[in-house]
Amino acid sequence: MAWKALDRLTPVAEGEAPLLSEALREKIRSFFPRYETKRAALLPALHIVQNTLGHVSYQAMEEIAEVLDIHPSDVLDTLSFYTHFWTHPKGEKVITVCRSLSCEVMGGKEVLDEIKKQLGIGLHETTPDGKYSLVTEECLAGCDHSACLLINEKLHKCVKPEDVAKLLADENNDKIDSERSDLFDPPPESAVTKTDASDGTSDANEAQEGN
Amino acid sequence: MAKFEPILLKNRGVVNSTALKVYESRGGYQALRKALKMTPETITEEVKKANLRGRGGAGFPAGVKWGFLPKDRTRTLLCVNGDESEPPTFCNRVLMENDPHQLIEGTIISAFATQAQVAYIYLRVEFHEVFHIVQKAIDEAYAAGILGKNILGSDYSLDCYIHRGAGAYVCGEETGLIESIEGKRGQPRIKPPFPAIEGLFRLPTVVNNVETLSCVPHIIERGGDWFSSIGPEHSTGPKLFSISGPVKNPGCYEAAMDITMRDLLEREDMGGGMLPGKKLKGVLPGGISMGVLTADELDMKMDFADPAKYGLLGLGTAAAVVFDESTDIRAVLRNVARFYASESCGQCTQCREGTAWMNKMATRIESGAGRNEDLDILLETARNMGMMPGLSICGLPDGATFPIETIVKKYRGELEAAIAAQSAEAAEQILQTMN
Ligand SMILES: Cc1cc2nc3c(=O)[nH]c(=O)nc-3n(C[C@H](O)[C@H](O)[C@H](O)COP(=O)(O)O)c2cc1C
Ligand code: SF4
Ligand code: FES
Repeated sequence: MAWKALDRLTPVAEGEAPLLSEALREKIRSFFPRYETKRAALLPALHIVQNTLGHVSYQAMEEIAEVLDIHPSDVLDTLSFYTHFWTHPKGEKVITVCRSLSCEVMGGKEVLDEIKKQLGIGLHETTPDGKYSLVTEECLAGCDHSACLLINEKLHKCVKPEDVAKLLADENNDKIDSERSDLFDPPPESAVTKTDASDGTSDANEAQEGN
Repeated sequence: MAKFEPILLKNRGVVNSTALKVYESRGGYQALRKALKMTPETITEEVKKANLRGRGGAGFPAGVKWGFLPKDRTRTLLCVNGDESEPPTFCNRVLMENDPHQLIEGTIISAFATQAQVAYIYLRVEFHEVFHIVQKAIDEAYAAGILGKNILGSDYSLDCYIHRGAGAYVCGEETGLIESIEGKRGQPRIKPPFPAIEGLFRLPTVVNNVETLSCVPHIIERGGDWFSSIGPEHSTGPKLFSISGPVKNPGCYEAAMDITMRDLLEREDMGGGMLPGKKLKGVLPGGISMGVLTADELDMKMDFADPAKYGLLGLGTAAAVVFDESTDIRAVLRNVARFYASESCGQCTQCREGTAWMNKMATRIESGAGRNEDLDILLETARNMGMMPGLSICGLPDGATFPIETIVKKYRGELEAAIAAQSAEAAEQILQTMN
């Protein structure tokens, strides 16, 4: 989505220490042979950095630019086009509710309202305990099972308002059934500082890496 | 009508259908072995003979597109379009979830036919499980010598990588997709030059849809004549259709393109009819971008030619979404209008402003503050954007105008009745809260 104003008012407290560990940089560089230019590794880089740090801060953008040999504004330019990337901390789990036609016809709005009510947050907000952030997206290509939503990687199908409480209470609601590829996962020995909204986040991320 | 023997979906439902071993045990990669003994030109000829038309929405013949590549090129790239972001389309997902090796085999054969060195499979980021499934299949193929250097002992080598998107409909447009792989904003490019001449990294590039490429192994295995004997002359080969909304069996179905929208909705081996107690009000049969059919227009054939007779843009993604009498047509109008307004990439004035204004008007109408003249303004706006009058870089605004125009024209009575039923006072109050 092209028309999102960036928050220039909130100061970002980030230290001198690099956010991207050497292992993380190396993982980004491992994508170079796939493309004709280093810049083409930018989307993979953003995915890996976001999957490791939780979001892509300005400092992280500068460091990605360094690795890819491009200008930081190029990173910002690309990043700001796509809805998937966060420039500020988000919850440990992101709930993405489909808002397109099949899901709307099959009660998606009511599901969204129920989630808002139970979490006590609105769109683009994060619960105070840092557990959940809530967004909507257009069609998730799961319309044979409308209404759909994603919790991180996991697509939940045929969700009804009365299912929401149980769904939110399930610790494993973001775990997928199929075997995972670690291509875009945090590098194994990354000793990077986590900067997510909550303290619980780091543990949860590690739990996910292990599976 | 006789039941269609599945071709593209023949492995769906087979235990472990995504595994290389299972795929090979069911005849998989035999077409590739055959293709590697053919010349690239004969493969392209076979695909032309099949008249395999692109399944991504535009219906352009794949073999003809491959023929546009410059003869003297030294490097070629193939992009597999797995962005599948047109609501409410999910056939590519079903193909990749159930049969990733069929796609990989089609990709390798097509890459060989176009003499490509690298194939990029562009997957929308929301396809998490699909990503893991396809990546695992790619890893398996590399390990088995089916991808990489000297494929199956031949002289031909190909690398295949998944490139994950990050949430933008317009990255499904072929040049938006190319920009996105290059690490840029997914903003479509002005054409010409077309990708076949100057595409990804300014190299000759072919972009084809997942379903298009999944057809290719079958064409090589059974011949172009066999493929072109399926379905009407202008719309050949097996095709996936999907249906969603309040129907008994929402899902993805395979058939020749001689079925009607009514078949897709009502046949017991397809949609199975409406859910009990639901009465059909309308259907968007080709993804939302093609436009709407009323309950009286279900005899439209789901091929590349018939939709135009019903005022639609085309067959599109052949993904139907139905809505029933309990759905307010104003909500449908608003839902589609919002989609294009939020997905326009903003480069072209008519598209950026037009989609935004249509969304504003549709929102106003849905909220109960519509005016009759809004309907005329919607129609006028729709006529003044898009590639058809030559006002835009890509086809997104054409996809925006067809649903809006057909909804307003075909459901005008209902829209006007809803507007007439508004209380002037309430409408005024609503307007105060909107801009
Ligand atoms: C706004 C827009 C979105 C598109 N989205 C997709 C898509 O998600 N998947 C796809 O295969 N084609 C999509 N297309 C069509 C592609 O531009 C292109 O025609 C297609 O990938 C070519 O493959 P084919 O010839 O095999 O159909 C889109 C086109 C437009 C204008
Ligand atoms: S027509 Fe719309 S989506 Fe396409 S390039 Fe122009 S502004 Fe972008
Ligand atoms: S409309 Fe919701 S998943 Fe497609």
